[in-house]
Amino acid sequence: MTVLQKKPDNPIAHLTAEDIELIGKELDEIRQEVIDTRGEADAAYIRKVIDVHRKVELGSRAVLLASGFPPAWILGTVGLSVAKILENMEIGHNILHGQWDWMRDPKIHSTTWEWDMASPADQWKHSHNELHHTYTNVIGKDNDLGYGIMRVDEDQKWQPFHLGQPLWSFINACFFEYGIAAYDLELGAVIAKKQTGDPEFRARAKAVLRKIGRQVRKDYVIHPLLSGPNFVSTLTANVVANIVRNLWSNSVILCGHFPEGVETFEKKSIDGETRGEWYLRQMLGSANISGSKAMHVMTGNLSHQIEHHLFPDLPSNRYAEIAPKVRDLFDRYGLNYHSAPLPKQVASAWHKIFRLSLPNGWLEQTTVRNLPSQLGKLYTMATGSPKVRRRLQAEMAAA
Amino acid sequence: MTSTVPRPSPARPALTALRNRALRLAELVTTPLLPDDYLDLVNPLRSGAALRGRVEAVHRETRDAATLVIRPGADWRPHVPGQWIRIGVDVDGVRQWRAYSLTSYLTRADGCISITVKAIPGGKVSNHLVHRTEPGTIVQLDQAAGEFVLPTPAPAKALFVTAGSGITPVMGILRNHPELTDVVLVHSAPTAEDVVFGAELRAMAATGRIRLVEQHTETAGLLDPAAICALVPDHAERATWACGPVGLLEALEEHWAAAGLTDRLFTERFRPAIVVAGEGGTVSFARSGTTLEADGATPILDAAEEAGVLMPSGCRMGICFGCVLPLREGAVRDLRNGEVTTAAPGDGVLIQTCVSAAAGACDIDH
Repeated sequence: MTVLQKKPDNPIAHLTAEDIELIGKELDEIRQEVIDTRGEADAAYIRKVIDVHRKVELGSRAVLLASGFPPAWILGTVGLSVAKILENMEIGHNILHGQWDWMRDPKIHSTTWEWDMASPADQWKHSHNELHHTYTNVIGKDNDLGYGIMRVDEDQKWQPFHLGQPLWSFINACFFEYGIAAYDLELGAVIAKKQTGDPEFRARAKAVLRKIGRQVRKDYVIHPLLSGPNFVSTLTANVVANIVRNLWSNSVILCGHFPEGVETFEKKSIDGETRGEWYLRQMLGSANISGSKAMHVMTGNLSHQIEHHLFPDLPSNRYAEIAPKVRDLFDRYGLNYHSAPLPKQVASAWHKIFRLSLPNGWLEQTTVRNLPSQLGKLYTMATGSPKVRRRLQAEMAAA
Repeated sequence: MTSTVPRPSPARPALTALRNRALRLAELVTTPLLPDDYLDLVNPLRSGAALRGRVEAVHRETRDAATLVIRPGADWRPHVPGQWIRIGVDVDGVRQWRAYSLTSYLTRADGCISITVKAIPGGKVSNHLVHRTEPGTIVQLDQAAGEFVLPTPAPAKALFVTAGSGITPVMGILRNHPELTDVVLVHSAPTAEDVVFGAELRAMAATGRIRLVEQHTETAGLLDPAAICALVPDHAERATWACGPVGLLEALEEHWAAAGLTDRLFTERFRPAIVVAGEGGTVSFARSGTTLEADGATPILDAAEEAGVLMPSGCRMGICFGCVLPLREGAVRDLRNGEVTTAAPGDGVLIQTCVSAAAGACDIDH
């Protein structure tokens, strides 16, 4: 993908400034309809999900006390994985977005909630709610585009370490919660700029370590210890449940912005951006996952990523109901509503991760016959100076 | 009038300490949730939980008033008759807090308390409580508070002046102070049917326990202080408690002051002022000690920053909730849809300052 502004067939070229403002107005109306009808049934929904999560988590942990018995291990691990997914996706993510703040219940509020995750809630809220949701898919502004370890857009400069990105991405997926914590800390940038001594950074890092300490103690020490002779099997159950949750949430998040066909934007394109233009960027910069009701709940309704990015503070249980209206708006204005089943979106995102691990144009220009010379070129690019890299990249782009 | 109400100290402090230690240990397994979050699933009224109550029964008193019998949580501390409680109830999914007088007998065998609520036309919470609350509902509670209570010893002669739901704290007092024998009650209500506790009050009057003067305002009009004084010639000898609309209370205060009886009159107002939404207003930040004038079109966040207040902020467009602060009292308007949010003292309604403009005087906890 190339930033939308540089595309030969810009998908919004047919829209006038007036169209864009009309789109914004229609979306404001959709938002208002939900706000006007928000009430008891919605409150009952989130309380029910929280109730189910707590019972499943408690039940699974109880079953795992007998984890030495294989069926108990399986049942408990499946249950704990489901509980952890529910807690992170439909509950934690959405509460921390302020989707349920309107209930004025201090126990279910974005300013008081903490979640089962390495990153403390307040740090995640900053990097996710403020940066990612405001600068969605703007190259150089939205660090969610590859999390600083992956190249997910042609317009992100290729570096030799990108050759390993399929591997980095897989490792990141397995330990996603720690990746997110490091990302929320901006660990990479802080180390690169040698700012690790900064007291503000140290305070935040300490908060993260404290949080990780509590999480690790619960999953890998206390719960196994409570299982007595089943210490090891309960430990493995917790490890597996955390990895399952990490792989799942990573997949869902990859599907949100990385599938092929999702648009990205130039930094200067958002100067003086209007509300309508902001909406339009969210519409084109997100992708949905189609599927069953259970799929929507387990993804925290991020299967409705487009609706979520348009209205990040509306209760997640309402996205499904407004999706047809949003889709109709896309159709009427000739825009591509990007939606596909989970396996297809995951495959598309991973395809991009593999493809962009190589410099732009390399794969397309490589045939069986010129493979040796192409590999030589790649080797030169990977080991040469930035200048050499730039020259070869320019050559390939011109070809 | 007692200035402070004695509170019993928590029962069995050693047990409480032990429980707290156990909970801290349990937190090792429940983090990031609290053991309380799980215990609430089993028993929301247990000792150590946030104070809540369960509505056990709803008794209709008049066409627009009802008494709610509530089983309070284990940590409830007995109230003093005449006091009120703040009750938090979810109306259309939104938690709303209001204050109501306690009307129950302290000697109830089942340990329940009761409040009596009159539905106000258009009142969100009062109508919900009177008409739509089912037994079994869990409500949030605060401990009883208020100083509209009898002194010890109780006065030999008392006068109560009440109107409408103003009878409720007085009923709490009459039911629990049988030693009060020389009592005059002057009560105003639109009609005889509208008198809350009408039958019980008339029965008390019939036995001679109280002298009851009912004023049915639909036919007889409103009572003024002069008329009340005429009805109760020995009013100057009586300690007087009054509860009702602000207008009545102010008139009484003036009249009693003119007669040099200020210290013989005790009044009760639930809501000293009704918040009226306007355009813009004075915004005060209690903790940073800043006060500023904001117009009705500027987000409070912008106005405050301009005035040099260090504000939490985020996306500045109403999506990230990084700027949320508690509004302790006042009214704000959501600039996106014009919706007005009001907060009465103690509400602490959380508002997004980046998309909210002042719609009247605002007191923000920051």
